[in-house]
Amino acid sequence: MSRLRIYTPDKSQAIVDNLYENLQHRIEVAPQGNCPVELTDAFLRLCLAQSCGKCVPCRVGLTQLSALVEKILEGEGTAQDMMILEKASHAIVDSSDCAIGREAARTVLECLKGFRDDFMSHLNTGRCMSSFSAVPCVSFCPAHVDIPGYIALVRAGRYADAVRLIREDNPFPSVCGLICEHPCENHCRRNIMDASVNIRGLKRVAVERAGHVDAPKCAPPTGKTVAVIGGGPTGLTAAYYLALMGHSVTVYERRKKFGGMLRYGIPRYRLPAKFLDEDINVILSTGIEAHTNVEIGKDISFSEIQEKFDGVYIAIGAHSYKKLNIPGEDAKNVMSAVELLGAMGDEEPMDMTGKNVVVIGGGNVAMDASRTALRLGAKSVKVVYRRRQSDMTALAAEITGAIAEGVELVTLQAPVAILTDESGAARAVQVKPQIPGAYKGGRPTPMNADLPEEEIPADIVVVAIGQAIEFGHFAEAGIAASRGGTLQADTSGAVAGANGIYAGGDCASGPATVIKAIEAGKTAAANIDEYFGLHSEIAFDVDIPQALSKVRGASGRCNMTDRPAAERVHDFDLIEYCMTDEQAHQECTRCLRCDHFGYGSFRGGRKEAW
Amino acid sequence: MVTLTIDGRKVTVKEGTTILEAARQAGIKIPTLCYLKDINQIGACRVCVVEVEGRDQLAASCNAPCEDGMVVRTNTQRVRDTRRLNVEMILSKHNSSCTSCVRSGNCTLQTLARDMNVLELPFPIKPIYREWDHSYPLIRDMSKCVNCMRCVSVCDKVQDMHVWDVTGTGARTAVAVRDRKDIMDAGCTFCGQCITHCPVGALRARDDTLKVFDAIADPDKITVVQVAPAVRAAWGEDFGMSRDEASVPRMVAVLKAIGFDYVFDTDFSADLTIMEEGSEFIERMTHPGEYPMPMFTSCCPGWVRYVKIRHPELAGNLSTAKSPQQMFGAVTKSYFAKKIGVDPEKIFCVSVMPCTAKKYECAVEAVNDAGAGRDVDLSITTREFVRMTKACQIDPMTIGEAEFDDPLGEGTGAAVIFGTTGGVMEAALRSAYFLITGENPDADAFSGVRGLDGWKERTFKAGDITVRTAVANGLGNATKLIDAIQSGKVHYDFVEIMACPTGCGGGGGQPIEEGKELGGARGQKLYALDRTSHTRFSHENSCVQRLYEEYLGAPLSHEAHHLLHTDIKEWKL
Repeated sequence: MSRLRIYTPDKSQAIVDNLYENLQHRIEVAPQGNCPVELTDAFLRLCLAQSCGKCVPCRVGLTQLSALVEKILEGEGTAQDMMILEKASHAIVDSSDCAIGREAARTVLECLKGFRDDFMSHLNTGRCMSSFSAVPCVSFCPAHVDIPGYIALVRAGRYADAVRLIREDNPFPSVCGLICEHPCENHCRRNIMDASVNIRGLKRVAVERAGHVDAPKCAPPTGKTVAVIGGGPTGLTAAYYLALMGHSVTVYERRKKFGGMLRYGIPRYRLPAKFLDEDINVILSTGIEAHTNVEIGKDISFSEIQEKFDGVYIAIGAHSYKKLNIPGEDAKNVMSAVELLGAMGDEEPMDMTGKNVVVIGGGNVAMDASRTALRLGAKSVKVVYRRRQSDMTALAAEITGAIAEGVELVTLQAPVAILTDESGAARAVQVKPQIPGAYKGGRPTPMNADLPEEEIPADIVVVAIGQAIEFGHFAEAGIAASRGGTLQADTSGAVAGANGIYAGGDCASGPATVIKAIEAGKTAAANIDEYFGLHSEIAFDVDIPQALSKVRGASGRCNMTDRPAAERVHDFDLIEYCMTDEQAHQECTRCLRCDHFGYGSFRGGRKEAW
Repeated sequence: MVTLTIDGRKVTVKEGTTILEAARQAGIKIPTLCYLKDINQIGACRVCVVEVEGRDQLAASCNAPCEDGMVVRTNTQRVRDTRRLNVEMILSKHNSSCTSCVRSGNCTLQTLARDMNVLELPFPIKPIYREWDHSYPLIRDMSKCVNCMRCVSVCDKVQDMHVWDVTGTGARTAVAVRDRKDIMDAGCTFCGQCITHCPVGALRARDDTLKVFDAIADPDKITVVQVAPAVRAAWGEDFGMSRDEASVPRMVAVLKAIGFDYVFDTDFSADLTIMEEGSEFIERMTHPGEYPMPMFTSCCPGWVRYVKIRHPELAGNLSTAKSPQQMFGAVTKSYFAKKIGVDPEKIFCVSVMPCTAKKYECAVEAVNDAGAGRDVDLSITTREFVRMTKACQIDPMTIGEAEFDDPLGEGTGAAVIFGTTGGVMEAALRSAYFLITGENPDADAFSGVRGLDGWKERTFKAGDITVRTAVANGLGNATKLIDAIQSGKVHYDFVEIMACPTGCGGGGGQPIEEGKELGGARGQKLYALDRTSHTRFSHENSCVQRLYEEYLGAPLSHEAHHLLHTDIKEWKL
């Protein structure tokens, strides 16, 4: 008999681990539109399955919560049951001995508050309010691009049709093929089996194989005129669809070129100019009147635009930046990432040869700035961030890409001052070490650690802690701003109290992704058209190949590959390789065609127009 | 074309054909439950699964397209076991009280269970029960619903009314009236297409047969029954009779054997409708600007409800003439009562209709004018008529033959085609031509409006008048037609619309046969009756002529207006 034994998981434990892994996959894909009350019950049952059973609140309490939720689901619940549910949950939170019971009941309380309407619907009408979304990738894509449709077209080798289909919902297929954050992939049903389809990669395949694809014909002129202020992704999206609907569209852009943050924020090694220009040229080919170097409030006043046009879309983006508000921030050689990347957009690169660069921030812009600094010749680039790497808002791939190229992450260090030399130029960033504290908004709040401050040498400091919106002229014209510093528009894009004025994209939502900007532009186009009393449809005229054999069994996902770090760090050429035909074909066959199988064959397989 | 092998047989079919249809073309039977060709191919019940070589999972043959070189097996142990298990799962949620179910003997699920030899269920039986007001014309029994979604799809895709919806997700997914409404407030037209496309007894029309038997048994009541045109084309189906065997004289004999005192024909009032509606149309045509145009027919209660629900602004376009059912009731409880010298209160007027909406129509206050209770006391469907026949143990093949009674038993060929799409238009045009020109046209002069297309348009000339007509069947087509009229894309003078696809032949009250749309075949029977009828013009109906001479005076007279028209623009649902 051994006194101690080395733990070796037996077969059944391995299957239990596998069960948890499968559960995790299912949780990750989280379909849209399931009954949240049902989910609450399922959650409770899972918690019970994890309970040791020692204590009353957990063993009995969670069982009773589940029974009450079931009763409500069966349409037999009463107001009294809701009350008991709430009271019992509080008691369980208050008296559980460990986290298993306590956190379960705490979550139930959140559910009761968060979707009370769903509970009440079951209670009062015996019916559920939820309605299932058939195709997860399409419903989670802010622009609702017909993803299974274009994947089927890529599979069939009909690349130009794939591009046409994408443009029904998104006029930036080339851009999105490279830099979309692809929320679609997070919910891909394929995740239940192995991993999501490489949707963005396939979009790029469609675009690259198709070459130039003309824009569709515009509808006959409606006689209505629209001004779009700002030639970024949201402005150009709105302009494109409004032009297709037959309206006469004029776009005003303050800078030398169109593209907004796509040109002045995103580095060329991620989005080469030829990709961006291709999309913009197709958009402008619809007969849009395009003006660059025109600033509203300087070259033309907003009231003049209001008078001249039937509808206005304000899409000015977020081209200003947030400040650190620490001593030394105004020193020489301290700049914002917006300035650094903006200069790159105008092809006026700064020289950073031999410099030690410190980038402050933890988002994608910080990664873009640091990787750009490397390419501009910096000797060293450090990203200073006051939280942990795992708390960074930058995409994981951006962080690993930056590290591979030689960017050093300095985490849990809060900048407290920028130290200058006698000439008034930055020489170092003074930082205070941090320790992660209590959670707030899903992330732990950093707190000062019991450690001395440090100095990080820096010849150049780039501040990348967020963008801001400049809308002084619009505020003067009576467009209200929210407390968060964004232009106030409702979910239709309409600016309250201003007939025919819409706003969207970063300037209304705060800095967000390109696909969210496209969503806002599409929404504004539809609603401006409705505002004109019209219902001009953007219709779908590509036939989609029928769904063929199902693919079963796990099949690995083909990820995108990059040029070697040591090579790419010296230039601004595109770092990502396109998929090969072989990879693309495999990815296409991995698509489960949710437009056809499952709920798709019944409802919601495909919207033919919007 | 693609070629595949099904059960060892080579089959060549058009690209895009499903395995199920390919198998059917080859004479190989695959069982189905949720499948409705072109309307509901959603692969939900998984009863139609088959084995496809090279695939690790069985395929739902109803929505899996054939691929070249595919090898399919429809009758393996694995297929049979899986199908049976799926049927057993469905049965575990189904209230199988077959003995007291209206669909017993005509239930797709019952047939499947029987064919698959399901004798003992491996699962506990736990149907979901929900309350429903059984006084409504349409009754839904949740405990019998198998979630096949056919009702949802028919209402969405064919009728475009979206009354049924899916509520909840997961285990509690259920069919329910949209937006959590009561069916009476949900914009339902009571067309009954969901009923005739339900594979089980989850949807049915209210059964009024016991009330009819009560009236027949009541010595103080004189029972009068009218039979709608389309009933005679369908009533024999449940008895296994051919359309020739199920003749009108046999049908009349059955009704008499059931015990009705007078057996009359709705064809009579259909001819009367033509006189009123035809005259109204000429009035409208010859007084441009005075009436909203085009004029819509108003004999289909599903359509009238549709107008009131969707387009109340077009109610003035509906002909003010009542439907043949209601004209019949009004004449029965006035003219006929007087003629036989009885108090109209004593008359109990029943209609046999191919329709579920007629149950609603006879209860509408505004179409009851004879002043003796409801003009039509009860409306029963063709299916209820069949059930009454069976309840009386009548064998229609041996019952013999009988003629309709006098005077409301005469109908023309023009009236009998009311029961199919385009029939009302054709009948009206035949008489309108006569009223305008003073002479009869060739009876087949307007046959251009026949056919099962969802939306037909034809232009005819009668004397100096050019009439632009349109005919639509199915409410989905009605919506398209109305949209086109309202957007100015089309211009018509006279429009006939029937709520049910193919018209009353495919009515919501007609016999149900799994997988078959019989409206077209029933319509053909009506055209055959028209061809062989003694006269094919409504204005030549001698009983109708007599009614005008003895009682009403002339079409559109004051008395005719009182009894035969309604202020359709005004009354609300």
